[in-house]
Amino acid sequence: MSAANWRGAMNVQTPRPVAPGNPRAGAAHEPRARRFTNPIRPRHVVVLAFLLGYPWFATPFFTFQIAAQALALGLIALSLTFLGGYGGMISLAQMTVAGIAGYMVAIFGSAAADNPSLGWPWWLAVLLGIAIAVVAATFIGWLSVRTEGIYTIMITLAIGVAFYYLALQNYAVFNGFQGKQQVFPPTLAGVYWRDPTPFYYLALASALAGYLFVVYLLRAPFGIALQGIRDNPRRMHALGFNVTAHRVAAYAVAGVIAAVGGVLFTWYNGLVTPGSVGTGWLINILVIAVLGGMRHPVGAFLGAIVFVLLQNFAIDVIDRERFNLVIGVVFLAIVLFSRDGLLGWWAALSARMSTHTGGTPWRAASRRSYVR
Amino acid sequence: MESRKPTFVRALVAAVVLAAAGGAAFAQAPPVKIGLLATLEGPFAAGGQDGMRGAELAVRQRNGMVAGRKIEIIKASSDAKPDVAVNATRKLVEQDKVDIMVGPLSGSEGIAVKEYSKTQPNITFINGSSGAQATTLVNPSPNFFRFNTDGGQWMVGLGKAALDKGYKRVMVIAEDYAFPYSQVQGFMAEYCRLGGKVPVKAWVPLGGKDYSSVIARIPKDVDALVVVLGGADAVNFLNQYEQAGGDKPLIGGSITVSQDILNYRGKRRDSLVGTIAGAPIADAYDAPEWKAFVADYKKNFPDGYPSPSLFALVYYFNMKATLDGLEAVKGDLSDGQKKYREALTKLVLKTPVGDVKLDQNRQAIGTTFVTEVVKDAQGNLYNKVLRKIDNVNQTLGLPPAEFKIGSRDEPNCP
Amino acid sequence: MTRFWKGFWALLIGVPLLAFTVWGLQDNPRLFVVTLLNGLTLASLYFIVASGFTLVFGLMRNVNLAHGSLYLLGGYLGFFTAQFTGSWLLALAAGFAAAAVVGLAMQVSIFRFMPGQDLRQTLVTIGLSIVIADLLMWAIGAQVHQMSPPASLDGPLRGLPVIRVYSTYRLSLLPIGIAIGVALWLFLNRTRIGMMIRAGVDDRGMLAAVGVNVNLVFATTFAIGAGLAGFGGVIGAVELSMVPGEDTRLLLVSLVVVIVGGMGSVVGAAVGAAIFGLAETYGLAYAPTYSVVFTFVILVLVLAFRPLGILGRPA
Repeated sequence: MSAANWRGAMNVQTPRPVAPGNPRAGAAHEPRARRFTNPIRPRHVVVLAFLLGYPWFATPFFTFQIAAQALALGLIALSLTFLGGYGGMISLAQMTVAGIAGYMVAIFGSAAADNPSLGWPWWLAVLLGIAIAVVAATFIGWLSVRTEGIYTIMITLAIGVAFYYLALQNYAVFNGFQGKQQVFPPTLAGVYWRDPTPFYYLALASALAGYLFVVYLLRAPFGIALQGIRDNPRRMHALGFNVTAHRVAAYAVAGVIAAVGGVLFTWYNGLVTPGSVGTGWLINILVIAVLGGMRHPVGAFLGAIVFVLLQNFAIDVIDRERFNLVIGVVFLAIVLFSRDGLLGWWAALSARMSTHTGGTPWRAASRRSYVR
Repeated sequence: MESRKPTFVRALVAAVVLAAAGGAAFAQAPPVKIGLLATLEGPFAAGGQDGMRGAELAVRQRNGMVAGRKIEIIKASSDAKPDVAVNATRKLVEQDKVDIMVGPLSGSEGIAVKEYSKTQPNITFINGSSGAQATTLVNPSPNFFRFNTDGGQWMVGLGKAALDKGYKRVMVIAEDYAFPYSQVQGFMAEYCRLGGKVPVKAWVPLGGKDYSSVIARIPKDVDALVVVLGGADAVNFLNQYEQAGGDKPLIGGSITVSQDILNYRGKRRDSLVGTIAGAPIADAYDAPEWKAFVADYKKNFPDGYPSPSLFALVYYFNMKATLDGLEAVKGDLSDGQKKYREALTKLVLKTPVGDVKLDQNRQAIGTTFVTEVVKDAQGNLYNKVLRKIDNVNQTLGLPPAEFKIGSRDEPNCP
Repeated sequence: MTRFWKGFWALLIGVPLLAFTVWGLQDNPRLFVVTLLNGLTLASLYFIVASGFTLVFGLMRNVNLAHGSLYLLGGYLGFFTAQFTGSWLLALAAGFAAAAVVGLAMQVSIFRFMPGQDLRQTLVTIGLSIVIADLLMWAIGAQVHQMSPPASLDGPLRGLPVIRVYSTYRLSLLPIGIAIGVALWLFLNRTRIGMMIRAGVDDRGMLAAVGVNVNLVFATTFAIGAGLAGFGGVIGAVELSMVPGEDTRLLLVSLVVVIVGGMGSVVGAAVGAAIFGLAETYGLAYAPTYSVVFTFVILVLVLAFRPLGILGRPA
C-alpha cells in the first residue's frame, strides 16, 4: 500500500477551510498566512487555566502518577501522531527512540552504582541523550523510508525489538535485565525537580512546547510539504521536492519530540530497563496515539490520559490481572467503531449537532478525487 | 396519610440505629492497611499466585486481626519487570495509602523497589520473595526489611554435597539476571574452595526457548550440570535435554526443582530423580511444625499445589514477620513508624523450618536445606532432605571483606 | 543487478561463510553439524508459521499481527486434544482446525467490512492479539504446558555419524517442514484455487471482474494461513512448550522471516526462515550473548540493501 492511501485507509479528513465561491487563489493561501495568529478561542483559555492550576486542587498522587505521566507519554505519542497522522509513516520505534534518550541520560549522567555511569553534569547528559536519540531516529528513518504503510510498521517493530535485545544482553553499557536505576532530575534553584508539583510543571512546559511546535510546524512549509508527501509522493517528486530527504527529516523531528518525552518518562520512573522499550511499550504508544485520534496533535495527550487512568484504576474496577483485556477491548472498540479515536467520535458528534456549517467543509473536501 | 406515619417512625429509628452503629465503629481502632505485591502476570505468574496464598495464610492464622486492629490487604500485580513493580508499589503507597508494603517477588524488582523505598522514609517496606544479593548488600535502604534468605544463602551446603556425590567438574547453565548470579555464587563459593572445577558457564536469556545450542556445547568430561533456571525455561531445558539423549546428573537451583516444575503437565519428570538442590524449603522435612504448616496450607487452599512451593513459604515468612512486629508494638505505627521498625529489627521470627533473625543490613539469617529428588510409592516426585543448615548469613560464613557478590564472571574456577 | 555486483555480493557473503565453515568443521565437527541440524529444524518450524503469515499478507495485504495468538491458540488446543485422546495426529488436526476457524471468523466478521483499509485492519489485529492472548491466559492459566511427542518419535536417535545422537522428534521437523512447503507449492501452483490466489495477488480487481467470488477466495486463504499458524503451534508445543509470551515471540519471528525473505512469497518465507534459523542457532552456539542481536543485524542489513526482502516484489 502506498502512503497516498493513508487517508483512504483511515478515512481521515483534514479540515480544510474551503471558502465557498471564492477563487482558489484566496482560499489556498489562507492557511499559510495564518501561521501563528490562529484565534485563541475560549476553550483554549479554559484548558490552559485548568492545566496551570491543576496541582492546587489535585492530590500529589494525581499530579505525579496520573498527570505528569500522561504528559510525558503524551509527548512520545505526539511524535507518533506527527509522523503517522501527518507524515503517513506509522513507526512503532518511537518508544525505542525515547528509551535511547533515557538510557543515554542514565549512562552519561548519574545512576545507581552497580554499573558505573560517567557522572557528567545533568544538562550535558540531557543534551547528549537527546542528540544521540535524534541520530538513532534518523538512522531508523533511513532504514524505513523506502517502505510504506504496513511495511513501515513491521520494520520499525523489528528494529525496536532489536534494540530491546541489545539492551537486554549488553552488560557493559546497558546493564542488561536490571537496567539503570536511580535516574533522577537534578535539584536546581533549591527545588528538587522530581517532587510532584515541580515535575508536573516541567512536564507541562515540555508538553506545551512540543504541542505548539508541532502545530506551528504543520503550517510551515516543511509540514505542508510533509502532508503533501503523505497524500501523493509522486506528485511532490514531480514538483521537485526530495521526498526521501523530507521523510527522513520528519523522522528526525519526531525523534526530538520522542527524545524529550523519553527523558521525562525516565525521570518519572526513576529507572530505565529493557522492559521500558519492549514490545509491550512499543505497542502501547501506538494504542495511545490511535485511542486519542491522529487528526490533531492534542489527540496524543487525550489518549495518554485515558491510558494512564485505565492503567491505574482498572484494578479497582476489574481484576488487575485482566487489565490487558480491558485495554485491548477498548482499543478494538475504538478502531472498529470510530474512524479516528476519541477525536473522531467528537468530530462525528459535533458534525451531527451542528446542522449547516459543520456539513459543508467535510463534504467539499471529500469530493476531491484520489489519484492512486 | 396514616400509612406514612409508621413508615416515618421506622425510618427515623433505623437512622438512629445506623448512626449509633456507625459511631460505635468509629470508636474502634482503624484497620491497618498492608499492600501486597506479587507477579501475577508473566513468567512467574504461577509462583506469584502461590506467594499470595502464603501471605494470606499468615493473615488467616491470626483471624484477620492483629493487636486489636483489622488487617486490610490491598493486592497489586506486576510481571517481573522492575518499572511495573515500582509503579504498582507507588500506587499502593501514595494512592491507596497503605501503612506497610509487602513484596515484590523477583530479584530485579526487589532492587528497584528498594530504591523506591528510600523516597518514602515513613513507610515500612518488607520483601516478598525477591532473592538477589544486591538488594540488601549494596546500598541498603533503612526501611527495607528482608525476612527471607537470599539466592546465595539458599545454595549453602550444595557444593559439598556435589563433591560428596563425586561430581568433580560441572557446567553451569543459568539465566542471565541478578537472582541466578546469586545462586551460582552461593554454589561456587563453597564448591571451588573445596576443590571443584567449573570449566564452562552458559548464561542464557530469561525466556529463551531453544536450548539445543547450549546442550550441544556441553563438554564430554563434566560430571554434572548445575541448572539454575526457573519456570518455563526449566521445563524446556529438561525436555530438550532428555530428547537429545542427555544423561548427565543434574544439580538444581532453588526454583528448578520446586513444586511447580515437579508437577508440570508432561512426562519428562523421571529424569529429575536423583537431582540435588539447595533451597529454603524441603517438601519432606520431618518436623511437626512443618507438617502442621503443610496441613494448614492444604486446608485453606484446596486448589493450591499438593505441597506449598518456595514462593508460598517465603511470602508467609515476610507477612508473618510484618504481623508479629505489629503485635510487638501493639499496632502503634505513629511517629514515622520508628517503634515498629525497631521491633522488626529485634524480631526473632519463628517459622515452620527454624528461626530467622536479621543482620545489620536488615537481611535474614536463616535455614537452608540440601535436598534430593525422589519418587514416592505413588510415583509422585518430592524433595527429600539430605541436610539442614541453620544460621546461614548473607556472606555465607566468609568474612565480609572477602565476600564478592555474584555476577557473570565472579566467582571463577575453571 | 549487474553481473559484477552479483559477483561482488556473492564473494562478500560467501567467502566469510566458507571460512567459518572450514574453521568450525575442523575445530569441533560435532558441534558444527549438530548446530546445522538444529538450525535447519528450527527453520522448519519458523517456515510453517511464517508461511501462513506471508500467504495472508501476499493476497490480502493484511498484516495479521494476531498470527502469534493463533499459534498459541492452536498449541493449547492441540495440547488438550492430545491429553484427552492420546493421539498426536488428532492434536495436529485440532490445532489446525481451531486456528482456521478463528481466522475464518475474523475474516468474515471483521475484515470483510474494511476492504482496502489495510492500516485499520492491522490495528484491529493488534487489538485482537491483545484480547486473545489475555483470554487464553485467563482460561488456561500461566503455567507451562509441555506436550509429549508421539511414541514413535520419542527419545533420542543413536548411532548417527559425526553427531552420534540427536533428538528424533526434532529431526522429524525437517521432513514435516519440507512436506508442508511442497504441499503449499502444489496448492498454489497446481490447483484452481491456488491459481485464483496467485491471480488475486497480482491484480485483485481483475480477479473480481472475471467473476470469481473474491470474498470466498479471501476467506479460504485466511483460514489456511491461520490454520498453518495453529499447526505450527502444536508442533512447537512439543519442541518449545506453550507459555504466555510465545505469541509475541513467534509473531516477531514471522515478521523477520517474511521481511528478510520477501513479503507475499512462500519460497521467500523458506529462504528467510533458513537464514534466520541458522543465524539464531549458530549465534547461540558460538556467540551466545549477542545471538539475537546478530539475527536482527542481518535483518537491518537486508533492509538497507534490499528493502523488499530477498525475493520480494513491489506491491
